[in-house]
Amino acid sequence: MSRHVLLIEDEPNIIEAIRFLLSRDGWRVDTHADGTDAVEVIRRVAPDLVILDMMLPGKSGMDILGDLRAQPDYSELPVLMLTARGQSRDRDMAERAGVSRFMTKPFSNAEVLSAVRDLVAEAPDP
Amino acid sequence: MARESLTGSRIRERRSMAGLKQADLARQIGISASYLNLIEHNRRRIGGKLLVNIAQALGVEPSMLTEGAEATLIATLREAAADAEITADETDRADEFAGRFPAWAEVLAGAHRRIASLERTVEILSDRLTHDPHLAASVHELLSTAAAIRSTASILAEPGELEREWRDRFHRNLNEDSLRLAESCKALVDYLDESGVAEERRGVPQEELEAFVAASAYHFPALEKSGTEIEPMVQDSAELTTGAARQIAAEMLSRYAADARRMPLERMTEAVNRVGFSPIALSEIFGTDLASVLRRLAALPADVLPDPVGLVICDAAGSLLFRKPVDGFAVPRFGATCPLWPLFSALSRPSTPIRRALTQEGRGAAVFDAYAIAQPTGPREFNRDPLFQATMLVRRIPGGRAETPPEPVGSTCRVCPRSACPARREPSILSEGF
Repeated sequence: MSRHVLLIEDEPNIIEAIRFLLSRDGWRVDTHADGTDAVEVIRRVAPDLVILDMMLPGKSGMDILGDLRAQPDYSELPVLMLTARGQSRDRDMAERAGVSRFMTKPFSNAEVLSAVRDLVAEAPDP
Repeated sequence: MARESLTGSRIRERRSMAGLKQADLARQIGISASYLNLIEHNRRRIGGKLLVNIAQALGVEPSMLTEGAEATLIATLREAAADAEITADETDRADEFAGRFPAWAEVLAGAHRRIASLERTVEILSDRLTHDPHLAASVHELLSTAAAIRSTASILAEPGELEREWRDRFHRNLNEDSLRLAESCKALVDYLDESGVAEERRGVPQEELEAFVAASAYHFPALEKSGTEIEPMVQDSAELTTGAARQIAAEMLSRYAADARRMPLERMTEAVNRVGFSPIALSEIFGTDLASVLRRLAALPADVLPDPVGLVICDAAGSLLFRKPVDGFAVPRFGATCPLWPLFSALSRPSTPIRRALTQEGRGAAVFDAYAIAQPTGPREFNRDPLFQATMLVRRIPGGRAETPPEPVGSTCRVCPRSACPARREPSILSEGF
């Protein structure tokens, strides 16, 4: 059975590239481009891992992460955060909010692929 | 800061008095805490329904938040007291202080506002990426587009066949993103060029002086004839808003007037046409010192000299006292400049005229003739070391044909690409790949 990734990102061409990359590696990829209802979408889609952009329309990735971690069901869900803001305080904030991995744009495909594989392999069974 | 723009400060004070957290008030009125924070720091104008809602939530009349010179004064005094961490009892006596010593209270409040304004300038300049939403959004856009291009290009560059449909789609995406990247870069450069942080720099005397002389294109026709009073010129200027700026402008104009008396425009123009661009010959013709000649040449109307000239004056500590920029030779607006400039060599060889050909790397490589001299300034006294000022004029050499090979110099280390420079004080943001 294929593993399942939800990509929450509003940049269409990043979505396309990551979707291609992960699909080719055997992952099922769902995408969503709005922050407002991201937590509901995560609940509905029930992915094995979420790739989350930090700056999204409607609600920031940081706030989505906070809302997610406040729910016991999602305290362990692997979240890979992508951001153009690579300052150390952003990284600290994300880590305090419970991010599993923090990656700054522009990232390499190999980094993304490797992070997705590692995070899902390390995650406790649901 | 204008009193009417302090509504945010009053909101903040009233909120604190009501014991409300920023997030609580924000939630009550239906805005984000970060937006309320911007309002409270007077970074967003506020009015209309939002103001009424905030006033209602704080249990005050909207006018309490928007008006009242005395209320503003007292609020500022309380802010100053809070920053100084003086006791609550003393803080509560701000009204009494303002009532009994209104002038002193204004002085204290003015100083507090000035500190806040300077802190804000420092904040803006030191960490603009974080504090400028437009810049942050632009950089985010650039990096996101770069991420899309990098990811897509990597897929296309992989060995092996890619299905035609995917390949075409990625080529199309790459084309779109490269166009977007080019447009974003141009927009960012335009923004950085235009913003100039002019508003934030209002109130910095040296910056006001610069705006004042730039507004007159560095030439003051009124001072070319004798008898013009300087005081009304500085008092009537829209650019000079502080007493300190008016004072240094008046000193600069007095020196301009003295130079104009010694080297009247008509005679100076005739002499330049006769002997060419020769500061030494001009100083002999007019029997004056070289620094005056350099200043006078930089103050001539644009049609007198065939090539554009810039001028920089510094004191012995290296602080820039005057700058007239010229295209192709960047002079930093603030902070330390390049120590390789002849301006500073002149300080180590007082009263010795220096002439060198210069070029600034990464600035279109224009070549400039630089003339510099350091001269004593101020009254002379026995047993007192003279104070020196150095003056450097740079003249663009048409076609870049200097008599000697031009020496490479920079503007300031932060934006200079010469990584192996022995005079480097700090790494360049260019070499760090900003």
